[in-house]
Amino acid sequence: MTTISKVRYSRRSLLKTGGAALAAAALPAPMVWGQETKNITLRQFGTGVSNLNEVANKVKEDLGFNLEMTALDSDSVTQRAATQPDSFDIADIEYWICKKVWPTGNLQAMDTSKIANYDKIVGIFRSGKLTPESVIAQGTAPHSVGFTDGPGGRSFADNESGWMTLIPTIYNADTLGIRPDLIGRPIRNWSELLNPEFKGKASILDISSIGIMDMAMVVESMGEYTYPDKGNMTKEEIDMTIGIFTEAKRAGQFRAFWKSFDESVNLMASGEVVIQSMWSPAITAVRSRGIPCVYQPLEEGYRSWGGGIGLSASLSGMELDAAYEYINWYLSGWVGGFLMRQGYYSAVPETSKNFMSENEWGYWFEGKPATDVITNPFGDPLAQAGEVRDGGSFYDRMGAVACWNAVMDENQYMVRKWNEFVAA
Amino acid sequence: MTLNRHLTGWLMALPLTAVLAVFLVLPIIMIVVVSFWGATEWSIYPAFQFDNYEFLLTSNVTYRVYFNTLKYAVITWAFTLIIGFTVAYFLAFHVRTLTWQIALFLLCTIPFWTSNIIRMISWIPFLGRNGLANSALMSWGVIDEPLDWLLFSDFSVILAFVHLYTLFMVVPIFNTMMRIDKSLIEAASDAGASAWQTLWHVIVPLTKPGIMIGTIFVVTLVMGDFITVRFMSGSQKANVGRLISNDIALLQYPSASATAVILLITVLMVIGLMLRFVDIRKEL
Repeated sequence: MTTISKVRYSRRSLLKTGGAALAAAALPAPMVWGQETKNITLRQFGTGVSNLNEVANKVKEDLGFNLEMTALDSDSVTQRAATQPDSFDIADIEYWICKKVWPTGNLQAMDTSKIANYDKIVGIFRSGKLTPESVIAQGTAPHSVGFTDGPGGRSFADNESGWMTLIPTIYNADTLGIRPDLIGRPIRNWSELLNPEFKGKASILDISSIGIMDMAMVVESMGEYTYPDKGNMTKEEIDMTIGIFTEAKRAGQFRAFWKSFDESVNLMASGEVVIQSMWSPAITAVRSRGIPCVYQPLEEGYRSWGGGIGLSASLSGMELDAAYEYINWYLSGWVGGFLMRQGYYSAVPETSKNFMSENEWGYWFEGKPATDVITNPFGDPLAQAGEVRDGGSFYDRMGAVACWNAVMDENQYMVRKWNEFVAA
Repeated sequence: MTLNRHLTGWLMALPLTAVLAVFLVLPIIMIVVVSFWGATEWSIYPAFQFDNYEFLLTSNVTYRVYFNTLKYAVITWAFTLIIGFTVAYFLAFHVRTLTWQIALFLLCTIPFWTSNIIRMISWIPFLGRNGLANSALMSWGVIDEPLDWLLFSDFSVILAFVHLYTLFMVVPIFNTMMRIDKSLIEAASDAGASAWQTLWHVIVPLTKPGIMIGTIFVVTLVMGDFITVRFMSGSQKANVGRLISNDIALLQYPSASATAVILLITVLMVIGLMLRFVDIRKEL
């Protein structure tokens, strides 16, 4: 709370408080506004994964100001961040979206010296390495677009420059979701997505930057081709990859494509689809309806993604201070615990530990068998005592990342080809 | 005096002209202009280039999608016309009292009390692999395996279109039928025409304007739609509207504009063609 009382005047606070503030600005006297934070509203938008009303309520309770949440799909998020900079204060976006949006100048760099837990942030978001021995996966790895040169930077820095584009908040290792009861045999490889056995019962997500990486995992797993860099394909590689999937689509391999989280849950829960690209909380959503669903670890590894909070370039004064306050609160553990109990990971896991029971921490983070029923934050049971998380511990899962969601140099070409794939 | 009358006429036309200019003509001009611009991944820049049109007109996917769009329009039109005409005919000629006509007509509009999207999405659980339709058919012993083509197929798309847009056919046809002089039908009957002959030679020609207005509604609605195709086909099928919405979602505004311009030209051509057959103004 300390930073907020150092009153600086933004355009908006001036408008709000009108003449009094003008007079105060003219007289450089120290001022303390007791109720000031109550009048602050920060507008946050992002994908459904972390835009949860529980977070907004907790912010109000802990920090006193209002947080307005808007949840959109990934494309709409990109669109809004790139084209309507005044419509938000905080952008909760993924790192690949950041690669697209940062050059527009709609976001401002964040001073890491103001982030209390900066030193505790997982290595993936700083040096790029989970452990000192880790190999950095292909694709748009978060650290490669996580830093910029300085307050006004428009390009990305290749070191920990002290100015972050996004403050990492949430990430996970994604894989295929399956219905074990309807498949009835073990699934071990990405190539199973195009296995004719599942004709008319497979699905892939219709978000190009993510879908193309799932496709690349499948193509490599089928033994069709090994990419020098999946995250940065040439035009020929894009043609080849999408060609394979177009052929499968015309042969009726796919039941549907999905774009939003809810669609993927419905497809899986209704049995329309038995194998598809999926996100972790979608699995838990299917399971909490009492339907078996497994987030199947695969031999080729995971496709990973990371999200973070970016600040609008127009944010200044008290709102900016409030935003930093919010970020520090975000990393201080409560949200982390809330998200980890849905299957995501927090950027500062050690602070989240304080907000989870030993059983929960053991199950979600350490990959230990549950000692008691595991419930999601809304109270629905997800796992019984003795069960182990799909894929095991944090280091097992994040250590097996094969690629990150990516924006390529040939992205525009890829997008057009993707559009053709959807229309084919 | 004449000048004054002219002036009043112009003044009276001015508000509508202004509204149309600002909200219709200007945006269309804007779309045409932007269709020649270039785009990067996050921005668009003014230019005068034919790249967008070139990409659009040289891709065989475009032609396939246009074919698909026209296919949806034609099939939907045929079904809505048959159903719409039958319903309107029943209401206009078989229901005797005006009260019942109005009551039954209002009954037709009841589904419109809920949103378009909800009416459409409610088909999904019904038609699904384990949905009501399949489980009913299986329990009756009609089929052994669930029918996959019921959902996420051309069938489900057209079914939803017909469901959503039949009323747009019923209303104008009913309207013109109500204005047919009943004595004409009596005359046809007196002259020895059978019921079918009366229908074909008297009623159908007189309802042409209504059919044409309904046709214009249905064809433009189907050709401009994107959300029905997206949901009912599970993103497996595409029409032109979906090409545009995908482009917009991926921030490719110039390319979306170019597609929109081509679509606009196509729809105008289709309507122009239809108006060659029936002069709506004269008939009204």
